[in-house]
Amino acid sequence: MDLYVYPEFEVVRNEKKCICCQACSRQCANLVHSYDEATDCMEADDSKCVNCHRCVTLCPTKALKIVKSDHTFRPNANWSQATINELYLQANSGGVLLSSMGNPQPHPSYFDRLLLNASQVTNPSIDPLREPMETKVFLGRKTPVPPLEANNTTAVPEPYNPDGTLKTEMSPQIELSMPLMFSAMSYGSISYNAHASLARAATQLGICYNTGEGGLHKDFYQYGPNTIVQVASGRFGIHADYLDAGAAVEIKMGQGAKPGIGGHLPGKKNVGQVAQTRMTPEGSDAISPAPHHDIYSIEDLRQLVYSLKEATGNRKPIIVKIAAVHNVAAIASGIARSGADIIAIDGFRGGTGAAPTRIRDNVGIPIELALACVDARLRDEGIRDDVSLVVGGSIRSSADWIKAIALGADACYIATGALMALGCHLCRSCHTALCNWGIATQRPDLVKRLNPEIGTQHLVNLVHAWQHELKEVMGGMGINSVEALRGNRLMLRAVGMTKEEMNMLGVKMAGESA
Amino acid sequence: MKKIYVREDWCLGCHLCEYYCANANLGGGDMWKNLKGKAIRPRIRVEGDNNVSFAVQCRHCDEPHCLKGCIAGAISIIEGVVSIDQNKCVGCCTCVLTCPYGCIVPTETGVMSKCELCVNNAGQAKKDKEGGIVGFIPACVQNCPNNAIVVEETEVTA
Repeated sequence: MDLYVYPEFEVVRNEKKCICCQACSRQCANLVHSYDEATDCMEADDSKCVNCHRCVTLCPTKALKIVKSDHTFRPNANWSQATINELYLQANSGGVLLSSMGNPQPHPSYFDRLLLNASQVTNPSIDPLREPMETKVFLGRKTPVPPLEANNTTAVPEPYNPDGTLKTEMSPQIELSMPLMFSAMSYGSISYNAHASLARAATQLGICYNTGEGGLHKDFYQYGPNTIVQVASGRFGIHADYLDAGAAVEIKMGQGAKPGIGGHLPGKKNVGQVAQTRMTPEGSDAISPAPHHDIYSIEDLRQLVYSLKEATGNRKPIIVKIAAVHNVAAIASGIARSGADIIAIDGFRGGTGAAPTRIRDNVGIPIELALACVDARLRDEGIRDDVSLVVGGSIRSSADWIKAIALGADACYIATGALMALGCHLCRSCHTALCNWGIATQRPDLVKRLNPEIGTQHLVNLVHAWQHELKEVMGGMGINSVEALRGNRLMLRAVGMTKEEMNMLGVKMAGESA
Repeated sequence: MKKIYVREDWCLGCHLCEYYCANANLGGGDMWKNLKGKAIRPRIRVEGDNNVSFAVQCRHCDEPHCLKGCIAGAISIIEGVVSIDQNKCVGCCTCVLTCPYGCIVPTETGVMSKCELCVNNAGQAKKDKEGGIVGFIPACVQNCPNNAIVVEETEVTA
């Protein structure tokens, strides 16, 4: 007999208000709710509830709520309830625990202990509603273009031509209306309608979304100028037209939620158009290896960077995405020297469609620290302008976004936030592929729950709201261009940090003058 | 004139439109007070299964069979909306038999009811800044969770 695990959540139904319309039972893909004819009552099986709030949201009389069960073990500060239950699950199954979305553990947040500056008396603040406020950015190499051959030896090319004239040719750039992009989520991990929403919203907003590693569905080539196409270790769905379709090509070396390990789309999800788009046999497991099997050094990475530059006629910037790990600054320095135009760093709170729980919760480092040390290292080595820095991994609000820019990011990636705008309620059950919101599923009746017209509008609203907030904060600081905020760590002050933490972030203590 | 139509690509088969319709036509307000323990008589009905479903309601035909068949002269077209005068209806059900879409529903009292685009439901009035009524938004359209039911000005005749 299996060890019994008491349900984590309980469905509470207000019987006075429930009219037995059965919307809850029709909408729950986990089959929690059911109608009992004999008693003319709705029933709920708490053990199946993942707390996604689909029923709560749709209930027309608001008769439902989900509560965390107060069922308890003997209280133990060392053995938490979650730890005990997870141990039981593993004793039952013998398997690795799987989880989805970002790290939910109570690790300290550095964003929350950073505060922003504003102008008072001695320097004028700016009203963004009355004066122009520039949020446009260009991502890519800002220094002279190196030769296209991978075997060129000049890491930093001369800024002058042999005849003494200045080189004016620019490397290819991504133009963004604001320093924000939707980060990589593959078609397969999320649904067709979720991709459609992201693609349309990115196009309306003048920013980019990212295909993830699953290839680009043929319907979405029309959004190419606002698409970043990804090349990951599985090399799914990659062909010449795909590489040429986007505004940039991203090489995925790692992911913040699961640094050091690959991906696994089960065969039963790799069907129909997902398999077609991935160019894999239908029904076969789509396995992304942990490493790229042709990349074991920066020199190998350089070969892939230059292969992709050649394949795209040197018209697309190349992004290299890594997870934030202990040696991130040295790795980023290597990537900058590999010829990549943009480095994307994914912090340990970044989301995922499925990852081993222990890896998601324990591997990697906070994005704030990774960003600060990479930016500092690249500056120290005089190669900061050779690359743009894009960071992601739980940018939860415009405040996090603004703080990341002030710490040195050229742009931020958001994905969890974007999915929440599409309806995600962070139930962290993506790996079950039964997403009641039509996002992380391929079941046709669930996928159609996400109408891209609504999804697109919500994404556009969210990003516009953040852009307004960015402008307000910049105006308060007396800054009228986001370029002037980037790396401007004097706009940040620390509260509740140790000296070492402040040193690592390159910020001063609150109260300390410039 | 305005017509309600359903985009079956986005209809989830949740049947919520039926409840919002029934509630709006009972005067609106708290749904549980109106509908608790009662069989609903919605003027919109969801057909289909979990994979393909769509809601059906009056098409407001230009030449309605129900109007032609009504023996009591209770059905008329008022500003494009096919309407039933429940004071005149004698409950003969001829309109029920003639409607090709099955969109006429007997009420508890035996007289007929049908979708009238919520133009008689004060709770569904759209108001301007001064509080003047500028139109009506049908309850099914307003409350569809996936924007599957839309009301649009259309030239298409049924």
